[in-house]
Amino acid sequence: MMSTLLDVQNLWVRFPTRNGVFDAVRGVSFTLGRERLGIVGESGSGKSMTGRAILRLIRPPGIVEADQISLEGQDLMKLSEKDMRAVRGQRISMVMQDPKFSLNPVMTIGDQIIEAYRLHNSASKADAYNKSLEMLEAVSIRDAERVMRAYPHEMSGGMGQRIMIAMMLIPNPEILIADEPTSALDVSVQRQVLDIMDKLVKERGMGLIFISHDLNLVADFCDRVLIMYSGRIVEVCDADKLHEAKHPYTRGLLNSLPRLDAPRDRLEVLERDPEWSEAPSVSGSE
Amino acid sequence: MSMLDVNGLNVWFGKNRDRVDAVKGATFDVGQGESFGLVGESGSGKSTILRAITGLAPNWSGAMTLDGKPIGKKRPKEFFKTVQMVFQDPYASLHPRHSVDQVLGETLHLHGFKDIDTRVVKLLDDVGLGQKFRFRYPHQLSGGQRQRVAIARALAPEPELLLLDEPTSALDVSVQAEILNLLADLRNDRGLTYLMVSHDLSVVGHMCDRLAVMKDGEIVEILDVAALRAMNATHTYSKQLLEASL
Ligand SMILES: Nc1ncnc2c1ncn2[C@@H]1O[C@H](COP(=O)(O)OP(=O)(O)OP(=O)(O)O)[C@@H](O)[C@H]1O
Ligand SMILES: Nc1ncnc2c1ncn2[C@@H]1O[C@H](COP(=O)(O)OP(=O)(O)OP(=O)(O)O)[C@@H](O)[C@H]1O
Ligand SMILES: [Mg+2]
Ligand SMILES: [Mg+2]
Repeated sequence: MMSTLLDVQNLWVRFPTRNGVFDAVRGVSFTLGRERLGIVGESGSGKSMTGRAILRLIRPPGIVEADQISLEGQDLMKLSEKDMRAVRGQRISMVMQDPKFSLNPVMTIGDQIIEAYRLHNSASKADAYNKSLEMLEAVSIRDAERVMRAYPHEMSGGMGQRIMIAMMLIPNPEILIADEPTSALDVSVQRQVLDIMDKLVKERGMGLIFISHDLNLVADFCDRVLIMYSGRIVEVCDADKLHEAKHPYTRGLLNSLPRLDAPRDRLEVLERDPEWSEAPSVSGSE
Repeated sequence: MSMLDVNGLNVWFGKNRDRVDAVKGATFDVGQGESFGLVGESGSGKSTILRAITGLAPNWSGAMTLDGKPIGKKRPKEFFKTVQMVFQDPYASLHPRHSVDQVLGETLHLHGFKDIDTRVVKLLDDVGLGQKFRFRYPHQLSGGQRQRVAIARALAPEPELLLLDEPTSALDVSVQAEILNLLADLRNDRGLTYLMVSHDLSVVGHMCDRLAVMKDGEIVEILDVAALRAMNATHTYSKQLLEASL
């Protein structure tokens, strides 16, 4: 049995809107061990909100409710905002789906990484600079010195993603929540970034929540997968069994993938069954 | 007849030690009604090519022609009636304080349409969002929902050439299938031309007739889709790229 890092029970995220309350996440339960846990599901199914809710990063008027969100026995729902900030910076990191948005637009990339590094390590400026260069090189940034002097808007989509990943790993988090972290990366760079995360899970026992819509990637890279549909978990399976998934929604997702080896004129689209959103949430606890 | 012709395009940013030669001598053409893919390494200059075409990268040399007419330094208003772009980053490209209705309505107004209300409704349906999203603001949308608003906005002026930068990389596969089918229909019905960046070779294989492979600012190879499917590339980097995506 794997040791449990995070235990999420009955998580709800609600947004009051003009037309009543919208439930973006509806009673989701799962645990995370020292493993690579994938979350897949269609656009708007509540993947990002689940990730953000764990860090209590849902902006008002949004509301988070849960029986518990416990990090190694400590219920994050009960922490003060001040204690929560310490959790966010140190113990749980999140790579947001919108990488450039999370960087400071008026500060050079180098200054941002150096600042983050020195916040967590006692290091001289020169050491921090060298360390930062190394981290950029580790995520396959070619001209790291130029990038250190550059501003976020001067980065390509995939460079922005890699810079965010490098930054989020600085505090040596116990848990990394990565929201579509490689969606803008070509396969070879993607592989390198995944290897870094993989190493941290295997060697340091980090827990990884890997949010992605790339089913093949998740099947290949993760240990377990939660499949979300309209705010609920509809299926949980071992990642290597994802292609044998049973839920009609998961089957539908798999069938809508274009394939190089099997060209066709039109792609299959999902016929959504209202029953899928009515069925109770499946538990993703180990 | 070619819709877009790019000849010896160079694009650079910054100066001295911060100078980046983002695109070096890129040459390719996209036929009327063709769908042409740009693939390659992250940071290799794919987005920069699209930005140069729409006038968002001021430092460029070489020649570009649109429908036989040379593209100059300035883009007249009619240019954007013909050419529209969907940006890689749907977060940055939508104004945070404009609702979906405003974004689409204003674009339609700008391009002189009168039946704005009907068109907004139609556009939202086309991209699979529907009316309940009409009065939302960007922060109230998921990543994929924002991307669909960006696609609807690009379709609004009924352009002839669409520049698509990773149009479906923020979308889950079921929505991706809907959007790719919509793009295929538009191409069939209205003869639209696409220049599409994607890191997903199966998406490019599905959508495009030909593709250019980029590395380090250069186009290293142009392939047709049959060669892509047969894994028949000649340049070392394209070979690697094809093999890695198996
Ligand atoms: N501030 C808000 N007000 C109302 N609804 C919201 C708000 N923020 C998010 N939502 C809704 O919550 C739902 C879940 O959003 P979430 O961002 O978790 O989706 P997701 O699964 O990450 O999708 P994607 O793959 O497109 O990123 C969406 O339908 C979204 O429109
Ligand atoms: N405004 C800018 N100022 C300085 N450099 C820039 C600017 N825009 C892009 N660059 C640089 O140009 C190069 C090419 O960037 P581009 O965005 O075209 O890459 P890309 O092929 O689209 O990559 P990705 O797949 O990661 O999106 C990168 O090295 C980037 O840092
Ligand atoms: Mg999301
Ligand atoms: Mg790009």
